[in-house]
Amino acid sequence: MSSPESSEYDGTEAAPHGKARSTEWPLWEIFIRGQHGLSHRHVGSLHAADAEMAIKNARDVYTRRNEGVSIWAVQASAIAASSPEEKGALYEPANDKVYRHPTFFDIPDEVGAM
Amino acid sequence: MYAQMIKSTGKGIKSLDEMDPEERAFQERIDAGGKIEPKDWMPEGYRKNLIRQIGQHAHSEIVGQLPEGNWITRAPTLERKAILLAKVQDEAGHGLYLYCAAETLGVTRDQMTRDLLSGKMKYSSIFNYPTLTWADMGAVGWLVDGAAIMNQVPLQRTSYGPYARAMVRICKEESFHQRQGFDIMMKMANGTPAQRKMAQDALNRFWFPALMMFGPSDKDSVHSAQSMAWKIKMNTNDELRQKFVDETVPQAEYLGLTIPDETLKFNEETGHYDFAEPDWEEFFQVLKGNGPCNTERLAARNKAWDEGRWVREGLLAHAEKKRSRQMAAE
Repeated sequence: MSSPESSEYDGTEAAPHGKARSTEWPLWEIFIRGQHGLSHRHVGSLHAADAEMAIKNARDVYTRRNEGVSIWAVQASAIAASSPEEKGALYEPANDKVYRHPTFFDIPDEVGAM
Repeated sequence: MYAQMIKSTGKGIKSLDEMDPEERAFQERIDAGGKIEPKDWMPEGYRKNLIRQIGQHAHSEIVGQLPEGNWITRAPTLERKAILLAKVQDEAGHGLYLYCAAETLGVTRDQMTRDLLSGKMKYSSIFNYPTLTWADMGAVGWLVDGAAIMNQVPLQRTSYGPYARAMVRICKEESFHQRQGFDIMMKMANGTPAQRKMAQDALNRFWFPALMMFGPSDKDSVHSAQSMAWKIKMNTNDELRQKFVDETVPQAEYLGLTIPDETLKFNEETGHYDFAEPDWEEFFQVLKGNGPCNTERLAARNKAWDEGRWVREGLLAHAEKKRSRQMAAE
């Protein structure tokens, strides 16, 4: 029984999670838009050599049961993400601004729907 | 289950007081039903256990295609063939969802593949049994996928976000698998005497291996406590096994088939069926690599990997060529 060894080929960048070996296809994040006018939604990821193949694979992996009508494939290394440590700085300021929600204001019943 | 005998790296469970602040916050978040996401802090043991468990689960989905793939070209009708093909394709999809979930923990898919092919990482013992007749396609869908569902439904609530999300997708699809298996069993059980005999024979051979899928008895399952505290295991092996038996016995009765266990009996007091334990010695032998099909399964995976190498490399070279041409043009 042979074991898989990497070849000499050295043509791709490292994949974002962990260190990729030189023969590994890059990782793509897949977004699908469903039938009913909702936005594209992240459904998962997959490996593919290029964008065209990423979309073909996404079709097979994520839309076998009519889950969508449009696919976006984004190379995972191209995504910028906020980090959990920034949570406080980013989201806490919203906590004391409850007046941004319509329910903050009491409107008398006589006024009717508003 | 699809992940049996996961060895825990922790040294037993710490109480909240023994933990440092980071770990305590982590555990409290899990206790409160929160999710852990890829970039969040996590104990090294949690990360390692999850890689083993999700990896083993993924490998099981991939190797699990082999016993069923065996019957695609021999399915009795075109419709059965199309259904089986769709089912096996789903298994490949399940493997991919899970590999991607594991990759968010900092291991590459190639690394996991290498560890499967070298025998370092395991897959479920059930796939080391042969599928000898078409009735086995029924028994595998009904019993093996049925047992898998028992474990996977609660795992939709597991603490690691990417794993839980993969499980939600898998569970949606798994129900089709079990039903198509039961449908085959119904057809066979209501067929000619020869077909009936095949259905009974398939049940006879798959019953105990299906019970083994839940892993060793709780009293021998030394690594469960930490995994349960981390909510990467939601029920004990024996709980799930009992649930499976309770659900499956009436289904076998409906089919008019006999479960190959003379001690099987409904216990009025507990409200559950009493049943015989599988042969654990056989289970450990299969895990060690001495099951009927271990060699064949690993050889098939290695062959696929080796023979697909020129395709993988060719496609990368092509992508690279296209990219450099595009850059030259700009």
